Amino acid sequence: MHPAPSVILFSTLSGLGLGLMFWLGLGLPAVTGWSAFGLYFIAYALAVGGLMLSAFHLANPKNAPKAFSQWRTSWLSREAWAAVIALLAVAVHAIGVIFFDTRLAVIGAIGSALALLTVLTTSMIYTQIRAVPRWNQVTTPILFLTLSLAGGALLAGQVTAAAMLLPLAGIAQLVHWHIGDARARGPDSTPESATGLGGKGRVRLFEPPHTGSNYLLHEMVYRIGRKHALRLRVFAIVLMVVAPALLLIVPFSPLILALAALSHLAGVLASRWLFFAEAEHVVGLYYGQR
Amino acid sequence: MTQLPEHTERSLGLVIDLDTCVGCHACVVACKGWNTETHGAPLSDTDPYGAAPEGTFLNRIHSFEVQPEAGPAQLVHFPKSCLHCEDAPCVTVCPTGASFKRAEDGIVLVNEDDCMGCGLCAWACPYGAREMDAAAGVMKKCTLCVDRIYNTNLPEEDREPACVRTCPAGARHFGDLSDPASDVSRLVAERGGMDLMPEQGTKPVNKYLPPRPRDSWPEEQSDTLAPFLAPVTEEAGGFLGWLDRALEQLPGGRA
Ligand code: SF4
Ligand code: SF4
Repeated sequence: MHPAPSVILFSTLSGLGLGLMFWLGLGLPAVTGWSAFGLYFIAYALAVGGLMLSAFHLANPKNAPKAFSQWRTSWLSREAWAAVIALLAVAVHAIGVIFFDTRLAVIGAIGSALALLTVLTTSMIYTQIRAVPRWNQVTTPILFLTLSLAGGALLAGQVTAAAMLLPLAGIAQLVHWHIGDARARGPDSTPESATGLGGKGRVRLFEPPHTGSNYLLHEMVYRIGRKHALRLRVFAIVLMVVAPALLLIVPFSPLILALAALSHLAGVLASRWLFFAEAEHVVGLYYGQR
Repeated sequence: MTQLPEHTERSLGLVIDLDTCVGCHACVVACKGWNTETHGAPLSDTDPYGAAPEGTFLNRIHSFEVQPEAGPAQLVHFPKSCLHCEDAPCVTVCPTGASFKRAEDGIVLVNEDDCMGCGLCAWACPYGAREMDAAAGVMKKCTLCVDRIYNTNLPEEDREPACVRTCPAGARHFGDLSDPASDVSRLVAERGGMDLMPEQGTKPVNKYLPPRPRDSWPEEQSDTLAPFLAPVTEEAGGFLGWLDRALEQLPGGRA
């Protein structure tokens, strides 16, 4: 799949922002006034900024408001609803702690739950696509959720929680790669099943339908950079999990925490790039890919 | 409305004969022509006369080589367009309600006035049957020529999809696949019509008829013309023969 920068940035930044909102909604840390304002500002900048970036992925953004209409069947529509309701609930809680020095614990907890729900809906947009075997597996939502929780804990300064969640996210990432590789190699869909000609012999593309490229090839048969995949995987897991976890062992200081958060962010970006660039769509079978 | 109908009154679709298709691409041109001139955004081309021409097409012809365990390979031309799936994943993922499947005839359509161009439906389709138009920014797909098949302004014989109407080989058939007595259903039953990627669970309406088995191909008769083309003499005579022998005498001449 084509690793579109707008989608990679959107899911990474909003995942991080929503993760931070999760911890803030629980009152962790129990900040008020200006320090609360600072943290909520970061959370909203990440979450709303990310959501706005996703609009760059639309070819016809004027119809974007209609995306709220099909929540009965569409995960993308559910994501739109979950995001708006989560941002509103968290805002009510934020106004309480920033301006009135009061914490509305119930609304805060609801906001936390909705923030996580939003991350879940984002992950389900990818998980549901059966035509991309690497995504269509149970660890996709687990990966998105653990990354969001771990990254949020880092930003919220929840050192103990982050120290526990980072390795969990790392394991989720390794399992996701492992199952993904197996599913991508799996015998599910093949050129033989795609053409129905398997009973007659081995099927090979003889002549593509056109000499140039097309939308399908740009969007779904992305191949550039896969040869660096292994190196990027190492890079991603080190920056995303190993380095921040080690930094947390060092005696706590805001600078160290910021460093850990930045390293984590760079790692998640690399991981998300791979999430798209490595994902094979079965339509490639019609274009000579096995 | 992106909820799939529980039941469609009819299941209109295509039956494509892989035995008969000659790979001439006439249906591709007819499809592009009709769907560019009629309703909805035209099927645009980008850089049509430049170095990297591209365009939106609703129907494309691939050609595959099938290599059996023994014997020569077989070439199969393979037209591909939307299969108007019963369990269409492209419809349910659509957030705006632009994509829908009609309860009356099972045709899967996009309402371009609602489409926001997110491309999710094209991801969901395993067959690559949807293409985003680069100029209009809306999703395009085969409409089964819904503006021809019910169009009483057209002569009776033209009320079928443009690809079916134009195919010079008669490789494309159109009809109601939910009616076991229809011509298309009988073709499917007689010729062992098949689904593409049944493992994807989409339950396609369109069916493909497999190529008929070829004649057997024993080794000694592998080429009827070969005996006539066999060389009549192994040794060259005359001047060339002398030259050949003379050259062989030179150092390094005899291999
Ligand atoms: S072939 Fe693709 S676009 Fe057509 S109905 Fe099936 S899934 Fe949808
Ligand atoms: S591209 Fe258009 S038709 Fe396809 S899912 Fe998005 S809004 Fe729906």
